[in-house]
Amino acid sequence: MRTLLLALALLLTASAAQAGSAIDALPFKNVAQEQRFQHLTGQLRCLVCQNESLADSNADLAKDLRWQVFQQMQAGKTDAQIKQYLVARYSDYVLYDPPLKPSNYVLWFGPFAVLLAGAAGAALYLRRRTRADATPADSGDEDW
Amino acid sequence: MNRLLPLAAFLLLVVLFGYGLWWNARHDVTAVPSPLIGKPAPAFDLPQLHDPALRVTKADLLGKPYLLNVFASWCFACGDEHPVLMAEARALGLPVIGYDYKDKPADAKAWLAAHGDPYALVITDQSGDTAINFGVYGAPETFLIDADGIIRYKHIGPLTPGVIRDQLAPQLRKLGVQPAPGI
Repeated sequence: MRTLLLALALLLTASAAQAGSAIDALPFKNVAQEQRFQHLTGQLRCLVCQNESLADSNADLAKDLRWQVFQQMQAGKTDAQIKQYLVARYSDYVLYDPPLKPSNYVLWFGPFAVLLAGAAGAALYLRRRTRADATPADSGDEDW
Repeated sequence: MNRLLPLAAFLLLVVLFGYGLWWNARHDVTAVPSPLIGKPAPAFDLPQLHDPALRVTKADLLGKPYLLNVFASWCFACGDEHPVLMAEARALGLPVIGYDYKDKPADAKAWLAAHGDPYALVITDQSGDTAINFGVYGAPETFLIDADGIIRYKHIGPLTPGVIRDQLAPQLRKLGVQPAPGI
């Protein structure tokens, strides 16, 4: 039983390590640069597998784009410049954290609008119910 | 009245979700609109498939509009699109240039030999580096580039007779290109 559990644990860690990120063995100058790379590519969306970040995706294009990001880092570009490079080609869609602008107000404020509408509906309902409780004459609603 | 409220709410949701399904069936939800439309096409300098010693640059193609069709022999959807191009490419009224994307030239040549070659010219981008400047993220993709080298329209996914008739042809007419009758 214990060996079985151990084997299972090993299997899980192995698959977790594999799922962690796609590995290209890029020649980073130091650990800080590698961390910066992982952080930056984690904020960018893969265009092919649209639910994966650029850091995690094994798509061919993601590999190419990671190489572009890597090269631009070596050339001394800032994170903002690299993001701008990708946005100019692939639109804001590549950013997991899109900038606030009129074309995506719905994306930013839509959930709050729905929440407000729900809250207003609930408030209306509760107010009507307390009023109904105050005047228990009407029995029509009781089997609710 | 109060009894009908949940039913009304439910029907409202049915309408909302039904609209979502209807909309999704008619749109490619994975299509990412290109920020390059209305902007100059990126500069390129790529070898021709059939004669790699000859290179084609953006400047070579200025002067009249053309269609740039990104394809690859490994691309499944390109197989769906290919018969459409074979049937209609020559009736569009402008040159259709093939852009062989991340493909081995030998594979591309064999593919075109087997299925037919609808292109006026085929250029190859084996590394895919130039395609990144075009914002290509899959194949097939089709760019309409005008005489001044400006990208006027982009279609992501296979061209179909419907897409050509309803979306591409009006864009062609805007550039003064007259597709053959029937398109």
